[in-house]
Amino acid sequence: MSALTFTLKYSPDQRVDMSPLVCHHLKELSLADIAALTLQSGKRKLRVDELFTIDGSDSQNIVIKNSVAKLDFIGKELDGGSISVTGDAGAYLGMCMKAGEIKVSGDAGLYAACEMKKGYLEVSGNAGDFLGAALPGNKMGMKGGTILVKGNAGERAGDHMRRGNILIEGNAGDYCGSRMTAGTIAVMGQTGRYLGYAMRRGTLLLWNQPQLSASFNDCGAHTLAFLPILFASFKSLNSRFADKAIAFNRVQRYAGDMSELGRGEVLVRL
Amino acid sequence: MIINGVTIDATFAEAFPMKATRAIITAQNEKWAMISAQAMTGFATSVIACGCEAGIERILSPEETPDGRPGVAIMIFAMGGKGLAKQLETRAGQCVLTSPTSALFAGIDGGIRIPLGKNLRYFGDGFQIAKVISGKRYWRIPVMDGEFLSEATTGQVDAVGGGNFLVLAESQPQALSACEAAIEEMRKIPNVIMPFPGGVVRSGSKVGSKYKTLNASTNDAFCPTLKGETKTDLSPEIESVMEIVIDGLTKEDIAKAMRVGIQAVCNLGAANGIKRISAGNYGGKLGPFHFHLQEIMA
Repeated sequence: MSALTFTLKYSPDQRVDMSPLVCHHLKELSLADIAALTLQSGKRKLRVDELFTIDGSDSQNIVIKNSVAKLDFIGKELDGGSISVTGDAGAYLGMCMKAGEIKVSGDAGLYAACEMKKGYLEVSGNAGDFLGAALPGNKMGMKGGTILVKGNAGERAGDHMRRGNILIEGNAGDYCGSRMTAGTIAVMGQTGRYLGYAMRRGTLLLWNQPQLSASFNDCGAHTLAFLPILFASFKSLNSRFADKAIAFNRVQRYAGDMSELGRGEVLVRL
Repeated sequence: MIINGVTIDATFAEAFPMKATRAIITAQNEKWAMISAQAMTGFATSVIACGCEAGIERILSPEETPDGRPGVAIMIFAMGGKGLAKQLETRAGQCVLTSPTSALFAGIDGGIRIPLGKNLRYFGDGFQIAKVISGKRYWRIPVMDGEFLSEATTGQVDAVGGGNFLVLAESQPQALSACEAAIEEMRKIPNVIMPFPGGVVRSGSKVGSKYKTLNASTNDAFCPTLKGETKTDLSPEIESVMEIVIDGLTKEDIAKAMRVGIQAVCNLGAANGIKRISAGNYGGKLGPFHFHLQEIMA
């Protein structure tokens, strides 16, 4: 069976809610049924075949071609299967996903993988603000799974994050790991201001010395036994994180945010 | 059956169901991993009085351990799951947590999950940190030499305990040499431990005693000094008997260990004073697993 492929015919004027096009929703549907599904776009409802050319039949393996940044909610609540996006993805990519895999060849918009529960999300380009964060007003962001961003991430990456891994090969914006409850965010590039702002627990793993606020206290240089295990868990990723040469277990440890619970940590490679 | 002049008795070893777990202890080097493992498996020769039977299964190379450091695999056997969990936790807390540079990992991925570092974390007094990596939860407990890393749980599985054989020799040194040779070979077999000191027990027991408070007492039929005053199972030339007890994850593992052990003893043969191989059983009343010596050596 070939992958169920949606090829975008034209760039829509308004944003499009792509949430109906996830593997578990399409499982029992014929191609005609799928073509007749409607997607909200601005104040209009568009038939799927009005926006996309549809090919293939494997609904557990979806491909979205020619994607643009106006396609929101791709892979919302995905519960198994895989979605591959060629091009950019809009906001709320993989929101609340429960299982499965999403790969985007371009950039992702705001709130990618927000409140993600499990699974794997890979963005080859850059990710917008609030990567893996909680939705506005909610107290719990990402609760599990792994996010890999090969480019840069915007501000507030991992805001209210509860569990899981966010791996950023590039830079992270301001407030990275803000209000984190737990989990791990690894950033190979530079980090912005207010790193770990109000974080309670969790780990920020950095390759470069950050600009830390006064509410993070230096705990000294240490060799930590869990780091080799953490890096070993990345070895199957298609990423620089899988490279043995970038792994380390010797770090400078900073504890914070002391203005909050203060059980979080920033680990900087030595 | 006679192998190299050694008579293999037409009898069987009787074993019984147990619960087992495995843990992996790593440290900065093999020396300290072994020190910790020896402490953790100390005073664990027999469930009769120790609460569990434990032993070192094998030394692990850095490539075989989760954290890439030298390690030792240990196994613990107990009569029930609750007892096993208690023994594991107590021993991990007193013998591994306390041991410099150590870390502790699950040695069995499946089975019923029982706490390894799950409750030891409270030693961290709130400073402990959990990390879920590849679906496994680890606890990082701050200690004075750095951090003690422990996997939260390990697996408990059904197992078999009490496999055994007796080495009957013309002298005590000959019996011991034969047992040493057997243990050396048996330690190469995975999934088994020989829980007694050095793997050898010289005080094999029978069920019951003339004293009401004792459940077990000396196996007088195999005591060479009692040949003239009890219903002995020994011929006049036997001067010493030693036993090797084996606990294993499956009856096949035990049978395999018994085979290589008995073979090693028989390789020394009658020329080195080894006369007979026998086994301990309770008439088939105690345990459902019967290891017939002649079948194993066939």
